[in-house]
Amino acid sequence: MKEHLLKSLKKGVRYDGRKLDEFRKVTVSYDVSKSAEGSAKVTFGGTHVLVGVKMGVETPYPDTPDRGNFMVNAELTPLSSNRFESGPPSIEAIELSRVVDRGIRESKAIDQKALCIKVAEKVWSVMVDVVTVNADGNLLDAAGLGALAALKVARFPKYENDIIDYMTHTDKKVPLVREPLPVTVFKIGEYLLVDPLPIEEQLADARLTITVTGDNTICALQKGGEVPLSSEDILSMTDIALKIAPELRKKL
Amino acid sequence: MSYDKRYDGRKPEELRPMSAKVGVIPNADGSAMFQVGNTVCYAAVYGPRELHPKFLQDPKKGILRVNYNMMPFSGHGDRVRPGRSRRSQEIALVIQNALLPVLDLSDYPKAVVDVFIELPQTDAGTRCAGIVAASMALAHAGLKMKELVSAVAVGKVGDSVVADLTYDEEAFEGEGGSTDMPMAILANSGTVSLLQMDGEINKEHLATSLDLAKKAAQQISDLQKKTLKEYYQ
Repeated sequence: MKEHLLKSLKKGVRYDGRKLDEFRKVTVSYDVSKSAEGSAKVTFGGTHVLVGVKMGVETPYPDTPDRGNFMVNAELTPLSSNRFESGPPSIEAIELSRVVDRGIRESKAIDQKALCIKVAEKVWSVMVDVVTVNADGNLLDAAGLGALAALKVARFPKYENDIIDYMTHTDKKVPLVREPLPVTVFKIGEYLLVDPLPIEEQLADARLTITVTGDNTICALQKGGEVPLSSEDILSMTDIALKIAPELRKKL
Repeated sequence: MSYDKRYDGRKPEELRPMSAKVGVIPNADGSAMFQVGNTVCYAAVYGPRELHPKFLQDPKKGILRVNYNMMPFSGHGDRVRPGRSRRSQEIALVIQNALLPVLDLSDYPKAVVDVFIELPQTDAGTRCAGIVAASMALAHAGLKMKELVSAVAVGKVGDSVVADLTYDEEAFEGEGGSTDMPMAILANSGTVSLLQMDGEINKEHLATSLDLAKKAAQQISDLQKKTLKEYYQ
């Protein structure tokens, strides 16, 4: 199987006819869930994910009394593929949500101080949930793009006398000051490619997720897979990500 | 305060706008989407496939296993914590019982047919929407079915018997309160495969509600058939 794939990659052809650095058709649509404070649907070819942002009021963590809380969670639902089972999150779901989380957290994309209501007592929390509807490869990049899209349109619910009215949204947007976007580059044999199909993911030796902000600063990295990467690999993969990220950003 | 005019201006027997689509999840063996008002539901069918663990297998026929889940951002208030809750497990059970009577799984001993129901956006009527979508997804999966199952919530808001309650109607606190009665109906035979009720009702209102549910179910059943037919044309 792998030899067959490598032979075809040598000719620069992938199973679905794409070039190595070519994404499938990307679509982003907004406000797909009226129940959420912000939401988006992202499709990469057959991959289909929904991302919703919910907000709540909580007590801040003792070490960050003037900052709001933020989290990313991912549900790889059994609805979306026969590979996934119901039950506690798989390690794949945990890694995915943590990598998306890290990109947003480390680039300080959300101004967490602007989420403070009263120091050491009350802060807003921003909870981003990624749910897969059809899993057809490259879920991480789809989740990252969806998270950014949903955060961009998320608005605070009305908050008065310590009560949140989730049915009424204000014009106030979630304080998003940077726009981190993850792009994952896969290595199969000597070839580097993006936006893999499930079969390509399965046969990949290694992958590197490179999260870049709007000004093309790298703000998070995550290497996956069992085969080590050379410095040359890492830099080539970074070049690909820096080239792809602005293209993906145009879809927002 | 009585309830003679519905919040959204509908007539008592009027359903919210509906739309349906099959084949929305290419990975699944059968799938469908159903939207009624602001309630949106996806259903996917996987199987018949081998059932693990083995002690759950039935050597005579396949079994149906339903999973119901609200996406974390789909609730009316706070974020819904991911994972199974007592509520979601009970709903999965009653949906399973609502669908079983139309399925013939005798050709699939030791196998399981999995139905996964996921809701991205909700405004009441989620278990009914789940049944409507799941029923179409089972048909799309090519499983032997006696007929389709449609479902709708009827009930009494104030003193009026109405069909397809919204969340605001379920929460009505005026005189008479609110009574919510989700029902699944086998369209051809008119028999009822899911019946629950929250609230109070007298026998006359119960009879009116049953009639109303049957008429509403017919409309939903027509949409299910039309959607499936169009898909295969």
